[in-house]
Amino acid sequence: MDALILTIIATSIPLLLAASGELIAEKSGVLNLGVEGMMLSGAVGAFGAVLWLGNPYFGIIAGAISGILMASVFSIFTINLMTNQVATGLGLTIFATGFSGLAGAPLVGKTIPYLPKIEIYLLSDIPLIGNIFFKQDLLAYISILLIILITIFLNSTKPGIVLRAVGDNHNNAHSIGYPIKKIRWLATCFGGMCAGLGGAYIPLILTPHWSEGMTSGRGWIAIALVVFASWIPWRIIVGALLFGGITIAQFVGQTRGWPIPSQILSMMPYIATIIALTMISGRFSKNKSIVPASLGKPFVDVT
Amino acid sequence: MANRKEPKILFNAHKITKSFGNFKANDNINISIVKGEIHALLGENGAGKSTLVKMFYGILKPDSGTIELNNQKINISSPNLARSHGIGMVFQHFSLFPALNVAENILISLDKKITFNQLILDITELSKKWDLSIDPLKQVNELSVGEQQRVEIIRCLMQNPRLLIMDEPTSVLTPQEITSLFKILKKLAKSGCSILYISHKLEEIIELADQVTILKSGKSIATINPKKTTTSYLAETMVGKEIVKLKKISKKPSTKKIALKIINLNKQKENNFGTNLNNINFEVNYGEILGIAGIAGNGQIELMETLTGEKKCQYDKEILFDNKPIGFKGVQERRDLGIETIPEERNFHASVPDLRLHENTFLTCHQKYFATKNFFSSLFINPQYSLDESIRIIEDNDVRCPEKNPFASQLSGGNLQKFILGRSLASNPKVAIFSQPTWGVDIGAATLIRQKLLNIANDGKAVILISQDLEEIFQLSDKISVISNGYLSDIKSIKDISAIDVGLLMGSNLNNSNENKII
Amino acid sequence: MIVFTPRNKISKNWIFLAPILSIFLTVILGGFIFTFLGYNPGETLYHIFISPFTRIDRISDVFVKACPLIIIGTGLIFCFKANVWNIGAEGQFIIGALLAGSFGLLFPEMDTKFLLMIMLFIGFLGGALWAFIPAILKTKLNVNEILVSLMLVYVAMLLIDFVVRGPLRDPMSFGFPLTKAYPEGALINKIPIPGIGFLGQLHYGVMSIFILVPIAWVIINKTLLGFQIKVLGSAPKATSFAGFKEKRITIIVLLLSGGLAGIAGVIEVSANMGQLQPEISFGYGFTAIIVVFLGRLNPIGIILAGIIIATVKLGADNAQMAIGIPKVVTGLFEGILLFFLLTGETLQKYQIAWKKYGS
Repeated sequence: MDALILTIIATSIPLLLAASGELIAEKSGVLNLGVEGMMLSGAVGAFGAVLWLGNPYFGIIAGAISGILMASVFSIFTINLMTNQVATGLGLTIFATGFSGLAGAPLVGKTIPYLPKIEIYLLSDIPLIGNIFFKQDLLAYISILLIILITIFLNSTKPGIVLRAVGDNHNNAHSIGYPIKKIRWLATCFGGMCAGLGGAYIPLILTPHWSEGMTSGRGWIAIALVVFASWIPWRIIVGALLFGGITIAQFVGQTRGWPIPSQILSMMPYIATIIALTMISGRFSKNKSIVPASLGKPFVDVT
Repeated sequence: MANRKEPKILFNAHKITKSFGNFKANDNINISIVKGEIHALLGENGAGKSTLVKMFYGILKPDSGTIELNNQKINISSPNLARSHGIGMVFQHFSLFPALNVAENILISLDKKITFNQLILDITELSKKWDLSIDPLKQVNELSVGEQQRVEIIRCLMQNPRLLIMDEPTSVLTPQEITSLFKILKKLAKSGCSILYISHKLEEIIELADQVTILKSGKSIATINPKKTTTSYLAETMVGKEIVKLKKISKKPSTKKIALKIINLNKQKENNFGTNLNNINFEVNYGEILGIAGIAGNGQIELMETLTGEKKCQYDKEILFDNKPIGFKGVQERRDLGIETIPEERNFHASVPDLRLHENTFLTCHQKYFATKNFFSSLFINPQYSLDESIRIIEDNDVRCPEKNPFASQLSGGNLQKFILGRSLASNPKVAIFSQPTWGVDIGAATLIRQKLLNIANDGKAVILISQDLEEIFQLSDKISVISNGYLSDIKSIKDISAIDVGLLMGSNLNNSNENKII
Repeated sequence: MIVFTPRNKISKNWIFLAPILSIFLTVILGGFIFTFLGYNPGETLYHIFISPFTRIDRISDVFVKACPLIIIGTGLIFCFKANVWNIGAEGQFIIGALLAGSFGLLFPEMDTKFLLMIMLFIGFLGGALWAFIPAILKTKLNVNEILVSLMLVYVAMLLIDFVVRGPLRDPMSFGFPLTKAYPEGALINKIPIPGIGFLGQLHYGVMSIFILVPIAWVIINKTLLGFQIKVLGSAPKATSFAGFKEKRITIIVLLLSGGLAGIAGVIEVSANMGQLQPEISFGYGFTAIIVVFLGRLNPIGIILAGIIIATVKLGADNAQMAIGIPKVVTGLFEGILLFFLLTGETLQKYQIAWKKYGS
């Protein structure tokens, strides 16, 4: 049972990391469909760095940097050149998939050491939950910390509130005097960094090898997660566990012969996301401001 | 009430001039505001009020002229700078963020560092002090419009303003909200904060303001104490003495046959900043021009949408055409019946900038085109038809084109408007409804357009002219009504109403009572 | 700093120049990246761009590979021109193939001659049905079609996985998840060229391009629907002013693009696989989006764009076999090409000027 819970948590962490970053980007009004590509570049970057430098902690840094680099490419086009966000995001995923495959080709077949678990003094000895919650690796702790920091940032700090304002009405924010492009650059790069970290988690913890496309669509799930969570940080934890758990349930169900076909089970999170979207966008919700109003719209700064 | 005997001048704008291309929006305007004074800015649309205050708030820069604050020359190059000088502004449609709560909205526009808790305390204190009750933690999109305005005012007050600019603040308020707003503004003025109050509502200005500057066509015509004058005088000055003497251009008398009749039209506004249409009643005969005057934002857009068919009526019988109900009919059905409309917005509404003129022609004549085809040939569009049509329109209407079949975006405003007009009239409609047909159009094109309206009325068509331009209303209309707050005043023949009367109506708060009757 | 000013007339030369320039720049940039990663740029570029044209059967395979991209892309033109963002073509492709394949497998006794026709029709309906979900949610409830159509891609992938491994699984497939083979009438055969035999994988399905693309061109440029789509994409308010129904047009374009994606799915499976598998699309629905942008939302342009992308995909396959470069390198080129194209589109809309800071 312990092992099951730990597996579910491990499957959720990459989703949690990537979705946290995407939440910030979307709150500022940027729809980043390039998450999958940024995760892959984080994975290959982390793997390569650890192979080269030996210490798995370098992998974390490399993953973050790779994600930021890809996010910068995305930002130059969508923010500075005002290109279509959907097309650019898709293009970035396709590009990064290709680039990481190319860069990772010589690394296939090699293995790297796992990221070690950090036992938190005393807390990890608590029966039952100690093992699960307090004997995790650094990235897992970072992911939880991120959610907490993001929540505080968005609700209680001025920069966070400004970010939400930009996503709500970028023209008004601009007329107050805020630098919209700079704010969106920062938000997008943060999103890229988190996606990179999420991608890095996979070779560092889950499978210490490199293979093409090893993120297997998690980036897309992360995008769905943000919507499913209605852009509320703590709900991302719930969503990540749910989506992660269902992935595990897919395997468990097959081996144990559950009556519900595993694929139908796996469909549930996506269908739930569609339902969630319908509820918040349609006439069912009085609060029309859950979806960031500027999402996907380029900020056009013309004279 | 400010003491004008020993005035301490807070704000002085001297010879402010601003042009946009050839158009002079502000022409050597002088305005001076005393400390603690409520100074109103009165004028019709296009008089230059918005442009002027935008320069005071740092959104635009004057071409020439100086601005002084406390006798020191200042250069207001951005809203940030304006705020740092103590100038605050509440826009007509606000600049709030609906997804954020009240405190967050205010925090965003504050330049100083403050903790959230302190902010909430300050907001609560201010709201108590000025009677602006508001819950700092409520999300803005859950607030009523009146409450949202209070948030805007508190936002300005937090910066300790010396001058508070308010742009048409009462256009979105209920009568009770207007009363409480006035109490607040008077209290503010008493405490030493000056208020620059843009409005076209004459009664309000008389009640509220210590001084009023009247703008017309970019110039400041007069600065007077409203308490010592009458609404009539204000109206007359606002519309301009020349209008009073303007003669209607002669035309054939209208027929007695009713073309379009609107009966008890009511429509709910669709968003916070819209206007309800209340009990609209009017009729227009064939050969007649009905002019509907009014300052923008008083329901013209909603009325136009209901007349075109872009928004359906509540009841079929609210609009009768040749005595048959058409309230439920859509745009194309009304067009087929012979009702053509020219909306206010040239670009992206009446025409598509990215399409060529012949395609823009097709926007309105497609039904006519297909009517002449049998089933098979109606599957495809032969562009020759619209090309021929559009060439004819261009020639008949003196549309100056940079090339043979240009994109709509390549035409100047005046030429595009001439084209749009010509296109809608090419189908020989029975009723033509125009909204602001000469707005932003050069004088040559405007004259041609006005002549066209007269011609079609002389031809026996029924014409409705919705316009902010009193000159064209008075030159062209057989009968006039004024739309204000979504109410229509009694319709009067042009002989029975004066420009001053119209000005008074435009500047009043029409409602169901007898106020809209002219004595 | 760089300042953008809107142009009021789209420069005609740029419309042709931009794609050509983009391709050229992509090749150059790609060359640099290969060098940077330690591969020989000349050799690599040769394999990717030239090798698919060195043998006649390779050239025909380019068309085979381009076929689904062109068909899906043609459908997406309708959507994108109307500013409706259908990102779920991948899912519509799958559902179209799934429904048609299921029909073919469940009713093998149906008349052989018409079976394929019926399946194509069902494929169209299936894809259209899958696109109808985001269509109705968008028009009735104002739900963002990008996210809904994207989510449905996953549902579609899981659905076909379930059906192939479950109800339609071939009991004789010994552990490999496959359905029974399609009946003869459901297959699309290779084209026999007299004197040569078969040309690579060239199959009759490729001919459908020559039917579908011209029809699409005609609809867009010569019919009322095409005009309505253009107006909607450019100025929604003008749409209602003209008396066109915005919601109706939105639903139609989504149904059309979903249907075409479904047809592409049927053709792919019937021509290349002959039975349903858990994975039948390899990102065609997403790659088609790139093809649409590369083809400048023009049916003829899309044929060329599809050929270019297919060339790169096949070239990358060859490169992998010849010099060991992983074939995902196609993604590199597609991505860079798209970036250059999107930049070109911005330059088309706006004029760039360099202004001194503060003026």
